[in-house]
Amino acid sequence: MKIHIVFYTSLLMSLSSINAQTKENKVEQDFELEVAAEYRYFYNDAAFNKQESHFPSLAFTPEYAVKWNKGYESINFTGFFRVDRDDERTHWDIRELYYQKAKKNWELSLGLKKIYWGVTESNHLVDIINQTDAVESFDGEEKLGQPMAQFTLTTKKIGSFDFFYLPYHRKRTFSGEKGRLRFPVIIDKDDLNYESGAEEWRQDLAFRWSHYFGAFDVGVSHFYGNGREPLFVFDTLGNINAFYPVINQSGLDLQITHNAFLWKLESIYRSSKAQDFFALVAGLEFTFSNIDGNGLDIGVLGEYLYDDRDELALNALQNDVFFGSRIAFNDTQDTSILIGGISDLESSSKIFSIEASRRFGSSWKAEIEARIFNSIDNKEFILSNFKEDSFLRFSMSKYF
Amino acid sequence: MKKIIFILAILSTIVIQAQSAEARGLEIAKAAEQADLGFKSSTVHLKMILKNKNGQTSERSLTTKTLELTEDGDKSLIVFNSPKDVKGTSTLTFTHKVGSDDQWLFLPSIKRVKRISSNNKSGPFVGSEFAYEDLSSIEVEKYTYKFIEEKGELLIVEQDPVDQKSGYTRRLVTYNKNKGYRIEKVEFYDRKNALLKTLTYTGYKLYKNKFWRAATFNMINHQSNKETVLFFSNYNFDVALTEEDFTQNALIRTGS
Repeated sequence: MKIHIVFYTSLLMSLSSINAQTKENKVEQDFELEVAAEYRYFYNDAAFNKQESHFPSLAFTPEYAVKWNKGYESINFTGFFRVDRDDERTHWDIRELYYQKAKKNWELSLGLKKIYWGVTESNHLVDIINQTDAVESFDGEEKLGQPMAQFTLTTKKIGSFDFFYLPYHRKRTFSGEKGRLRFPVIIDKDDLNYESGAEEWRQDLAFRWSHYFGAFDVGVSHFYGNGREPLFVFDTLGNINAFYPVINQSGLDLQITHNAFLWKLESIYRSSKAQDFFALVAGLEFTFSNIDGNGLDIGVLGEYLYDDRDELALNALQNDVFFGSRIAFNDTQDTSILIGGISDLESSSKIFSIEASRRFGSSWKAEIEARIFNSIDNKEFILSNFKEDSFLRFSMSKYF
Repeated sequence: MKKIIFILAILSTIVIQAQSAEARGLEIAKAAEQADLGFKSSTVHLKMILKNKNGQTSERSLTTKTLELTEDGDKSLIVFNSPKDVKGTSTLTFTHKVGSDDQWLFLPSIKRVKRISSNNKSGPFVGSEFAYEDLSSIEVEKYTYKFIEEKGELLIVEQDPVDQKSGYTRRLVTYNKNKGYRIEKVEFYDRKNALLKTLTYTGYKLYKNKFWRAATFNMINHQSNKETVLFFSNYNFDVALTEEDFTQNALIRTGS
């Protein structure tokens, strides 16, 4: 009998220790799905044949994460699938699928991942790791998943060092025949070639050092590999030849945070066989906070944009100013509005935008967006093609 | 002449009394800080219930990691788990005993880390009745003190914020001297010196035989009749976090 008691007690004890162990090595799983219904309406008559004006669309974004080893190891997945009236906007992507391990002052990620660099709002010059999913949004903030090995070393005194090995290049997406925001000639993304003989399999490298001292946050980066922006070159017969050049790009991003002021600078120097250029965005953000004692924040933004390439700049921001305002109500529905305008200092071209969002209930979110192209100069190499493409977008997301 | 000496004597006693009220207030705040010293690091889950004046509620859930530092203020990392549209949104805060805090925000949809101004102390935290300054770590240097009264085991101290950007002229804080100087109640007076909010702490539990932590924070806004209740669960003081868990990379990792 005694033996039995001892046996059961030890069994119980070992069971509870197993229990304690599994608690330590707890595996946490998490799944989420966003379904977004969207309607885009281009209210001006199309500039080119076969372009549509109404674009109903549906997008699915599933996310899955599994974390173990107290969260220091994980596998993260984000997928994306959209059905749209424009065949080229109907597309899917693996935004992220990577294994990550962190230990003490280093971190390693392997797989498809998204990396963001930069501080400014109107243009994202320094951000180069991921290809832009250009059919997704006009602001260029939607990105395609980039295959990589990323190693990060964080030091206490001399900042953080990021090393990237990028074994594969993703091509930029372009609108199809029915789509707006395109050129008269339909660019098939697969028709674009590479300067490099290795094509998309060119083994690319990138590095970034970042640090913060008091009010200063600074980042210095370098990228060597297939450019993310295609280069458009005209041959003697006037045909467009577009390709991805091999580039070296050095970047600097700096923010000074002082009271309610954020002073921002992003600058790049990009060199390739066909083209060398310099570009910068510099500006500030100031927030009047809690104006009404109820949480209303109104931020004002001003930025100057410069690009050496003049009219060949793909983003058409060669010598422009941006003014904007960010209004956050800080209410229970997180209502916020961003209003902005970019004006070309050398021509009449202007682009206005409004983005607003609000949550409904606990799992719905509505968004409204408007982009208005105004007095676009016919001499604008890129923008003149979009001058009839002002649009309104409404979207409603449900989170599961 | 005697009269003058008499008046001076009275004046100096008043001054001495005033000084001692201030000194005693500071002493109590320091005792409270001392009693909570040495927790090193902790994690906790937090559910927020926001009630508007019609009684309609909305809910948020978040996880907080804290690292205790003695030379400078604490470091903290907050991650939102719900509502789902803001899931993964995280903040990293380095509190400073003197001067403004350093704060970074992680936006998971575009994977962006943004240094944000910590200037907005009086604004509401995610639409709740808690202002940012109500949730930042308690540092003795952030207030000047005045002892008000003693009621049994309760000590009431007035705290005046040093920072002019604070939304308050003063706070009346009730400490419990027999329970490790834990705070039982805080009354907040707005810039016009009118009673704005009352925060009560309930469901206290003693962790590691030293650290008192309340399970419920109840903040009532007397001017708007809105209310926010915070429910804390799964306090863990054995996580052994280090400074490497409070970097911008750790912020991205936690929010991803």
